[in-house]
Amino acid sequence: MADLAARRGLDAAKRRSLVTPEGVDLSLKLADVGQRVSAFLVDLLIMTAILIGVSLLLVAMVAATGLAGLEIGAIVWLLGFFILRNGYFILMEVGPRAATFGKRGAGLRVVARSGERLTADRVIARNMMREIEFYLPLSFLSYNAAEGAAGALTSLAGLAWTGIFLFFPMFNKDKMRVGDLLAGTWVISAPRKQLTFDLLNADTPKDRYSFTEAQLDVYGVYELQTLERVLRDGQGDAVATVAYTIRVKIGLADQQGDDYGFLLAYYDAIRARMERGLLFGKRREDKFDR
Amino acid sequence: MSTAPGDGRRFRAAREYEWRRLEDILTTAEKKSVKALDDEDLLALPILYRGALSSLSVARETSLDLELVTYLEGLCARAYFFVYGVRTSPGSRFASFFARDWPLAVQSLWRETLVSLALTLIGAAAGYLLVTGDPDWYSSFVPPELAGGRDFSATTEFLENTLYDSPGANGLSFFATFLFTHNSQVAMLCFALGFAFGVPTLMLLIHNGAMLGGILALFGSRGLGAEMGGWLIIHGSTEMFAIILAGAAGFRIGWSVVFPGEETRLDAATKAGRTSALAMAGVVVMLALAGLLEGIGRQTILNDYTRYAIGIGMIVLWLAYFYLPRRREDG
Repeated sequence: MADLAARRGLDAAKRRSLVTPEGVDLSLKLADVGQRVSAFLVDLLIMTAILIGVSLLLVAMVAATGLAGLEIGAIVWLLGFFILRNGYFILMEVGPRAATFGKRGAGLRVVARSGERLTADRVIARNMMREIEFYLPLSFLSYNAAEGAAGALTSLAGLAWTGIFLFFPMFNKDKMRVGDLLAGTWVISAPRKQLTFDLLNADTPKDRYSFTEAQLDVYGVYELQTLERVLRDGQGDAVATVAYTIRVKIGLADQQGDDYGFLLAYYDAIRARMERGLLFGKRREDKFDR
Repeated sequence: MSTAPGDGRRFRAAREYEWRRLEDILTTAEKKSVKALDDEDLLALPILYRGALSSLSVARETSLDLELVTYLEGLCARAYFFVYGVRTSPGSRFASFFARDWPLAVQSLWRETLVSLALTLIGAAAGYLLVTGDPDWYSSFVPPELAGGRDFSATTEFLENTLYDSPGANGLSFFATFLFTHNSQVAMLCFALGFAFGVPTLMLLIHNGAMLGGILALFGSRGLGAEMGGWLIIHGSTEMFAIILAGAAGFRIGWSVVFPGEETRLDAATKAGRTSALAMAGVVVMLALAGLLEGIGRQTILNDYTRYAIGIGMIVLWLAYFYLPRRREDG
């Protein structure tokens, strides 16, 4: 029970209210640190891949044209590296989806904290700060590796110092990087959900099951939505476990077979009952809610 | 149990078509551009958006279908950012950046700019005096890989040659590119480090000044001071100005974090961050110009007077561009 309450609290702590001019709260969900790190790693991989690809292409070009192409090749490489390092994040986040490839993959996007339009100055501010958040710790690391014992202490101190910037997002409740702080942005998790099908519409021989009111009053919204997830995932053993648990709980333990059909019918029945309750202003959060 | 066969079901069936249409329009617009939408879709967009919002409100109150509610929340958020994100064309954004945003941002940093300038001058003076007093200091200000043989053991002829010898037509633009990318990266670091209460920025600026002073002291000791000035000023006026501005931008964010004033710390930091980011975008442009002047201009123009004229001309242009009063349109 405490665990459940803690989970709820956690979800609420991740939500940030954004009321549209129409008066509806969009209740945006902040991205968690894990999502952000993985998105960044994906971006890093993409950047490295592009860098390697372009380098190989240029080497091939120089090899084909001889020395004449060397200078142009070198210029293109230097400029390309510069643009890639500084421009990749900025250009992608200025675009309409406000997300790099890594962020898109993780279902994230950058938004202004105030809910305003995400302008270029914000995007530039948040990405230029990567200079101290990522590249500086990285340079201290490589310095350490190159220098050996002599500079080790200096670079260790440097690493510890820059670590403050690197781990900044873990120490504030909004999960903001230094760049987010200065740009007035945060990163939200807004994955594209598919609307599949309504479980209420699913074809099942519902008439085979009928439940008494007492049997339907066992659970609340939280359990209903957990059941929905189990049904949509359709994992055989999960369905069997849940069906068994519910059957024991509502006193139908002797019933066997057709777990999915049973769960669907039960879901159908309790959701219809609870939604009717909603219309009368009755909402039961979970099974402990009386 | 066949009671009121799901209001939720009818609700969803009646509106699903509109949600899907909104989703399709958004996907097209995000993938290609707004121009890819035909007039009909464009007109329908705000209506569909408001419809989706009202569906979300209804669904939150009456439906227990988790998938439906999360889907609508995601759809509405996407539509909101699209509908209320005022889109200007990249062209007009560029135009307003150069016409107003950048100079105004630089103007508002004037206090920090003066501090940066003072620190650079202090560094230069210290570097000059120390190196003049004891040439051993030279190597601690000017790293050997940057000096390229220009140190106190070099002959006067060699030093003079470095001022006028171009490394041949070959490698000129490569050199310019290298200088530009290197300097920009340093400038960005100088800016970003401002967040650490400005202390590292301060040290970088003084060090930069000391390097300048050290080199001047070396050439001055051989009677090549004026020639060295020409060699430096042709690009240095733009480059040093850019670095001073980067330092100023760094100081602004450091200052706002330490002394937020009347605003909350978060608001002050955001305001400072946005202003200085604008200034920094311009600093990169300045450094690109400086790279061109250094890599190409300096190697082809060997006359001292022309070098001075270009260098001083550039600084006058920059000052006029940034600080001549201009009308504020939105304050």
